[in-house]
Amino acid sequence: MNTPSENSRHWPLYEVFVRARGGLDHKHVGSLHAADARMAIDHARDLYTRRQEGVSIWVVPSKDITASDPAESESLFEPARDKIYRHPTFYEIPDEVKTL
Amino acid sequence: MSDLFRYVLRLGDLSLVLGQRLGEWVGHCPALEEDLGLANIALDLIGQARLLLTYAGEVEGRGRGEDEIAFLREHGEYLNAILAEQPNGDFGRTIVRQVLVDAFQLELYQRMTASTDERLAAIAAKSVKEIQYHLRYSSGWLVRLGDGTEESHARVQASLEALWPYTVELFAEDELDRAMADRGVAPRLTEVQASWASRIDAILAEATLVRPAHRPHSWHGKRGQHSEHLGYILAEMQHLQRTYPGARW
Repeated sequence: MNTPSENSRHWPLYEVFVRARGGLDHKHVGSLHAADARMAIDHARDLYTRRQEGVSIWVVPSKDITASDPAESESLFEPARDKIYRHPTFYEIPDEVKTL
Repeated sequence: MSDLFRYVLRLGDLSLVLGQRLGEWVGHCPALEEDLGLANIALDLIGQARLLLTYAGEVEGRGRGEDEIAFLREHGEYLNAILAEQPNGDFGRTIVRQVLVDAFQLELYQRMTASTDERLAAIAAKSVKEIQYHLRYSSGWLVRLGDGTEESHARVQASLEALWPYTVELFAEDELDRAMADRGVAPRLTEVQASWASRIDAILAEATLVRPAHRPHSWHGKRGQHSEHLGYILAEMQHLQRTYPGARW
């Protein structure tokens, strides 16, 4: 966490999410510094959509994101490893279905 | 020189000179993000200048292309209003200059989308979308600085006082402006000025800045009489084309 004195010298960090086309999800593309949310949108536009990468932008203050603890990754994620029946790989897919 | 040629140069040179000025910030902005922000705006302006100066060359009909017009004219042949060539100063001064020009270009080009000159109408339609963003960016910063700390407020207010007199020229209508308005090529500058003023007043109010008193000035950048600053800009902008004529990359 930044102390207040650090915060006054550095703009807070924002995470940037960009929707590439209508109908797709917003995807995390990176982060940037900005003094406020409006500036974060402007910067995101200039940094992450200069080559027509998107049609919509979300910005979220990084401090508001709660992340899983890497130390807990074994207990969080490994129990799923031996449960292959959760993958839909046991179905026969008809040839006509192209987009699955 | 035809009226239309000179008028298109006025438009194109405003974008060209301001774009060149903004380019000076690259690598020097207070934050990497602003570096990209100002560079993007500079590139939009250079893009507008390319369209306009290419068109000017066609109107002139002497076979000059955008590069020859942009890089091989003399000091007195540039017809931009001299607000565009004023030095960058600190970041706040650059922002003040940008707000004043962005609002002018926005009001001008929004109307010019209905120009009787189809080429200018098309260039205007493309430019309006860019300029709307420029003004969003610049006015956002002006509000942030004006309504910011005591120091940032004092600095941008001082810049506003210093640059305000140069705005007079933007709206000083001469025979050329009148001729273009009579032919429906360009809007009346009085109209542009009225909506520019109310737009600027709204931004200044939000930024808690005071609009400077009107001080009459007569600048004639639009007729090719420039401040001393343009010479330095041209020296930097032109030296490559003049040293290596026809250089491309």
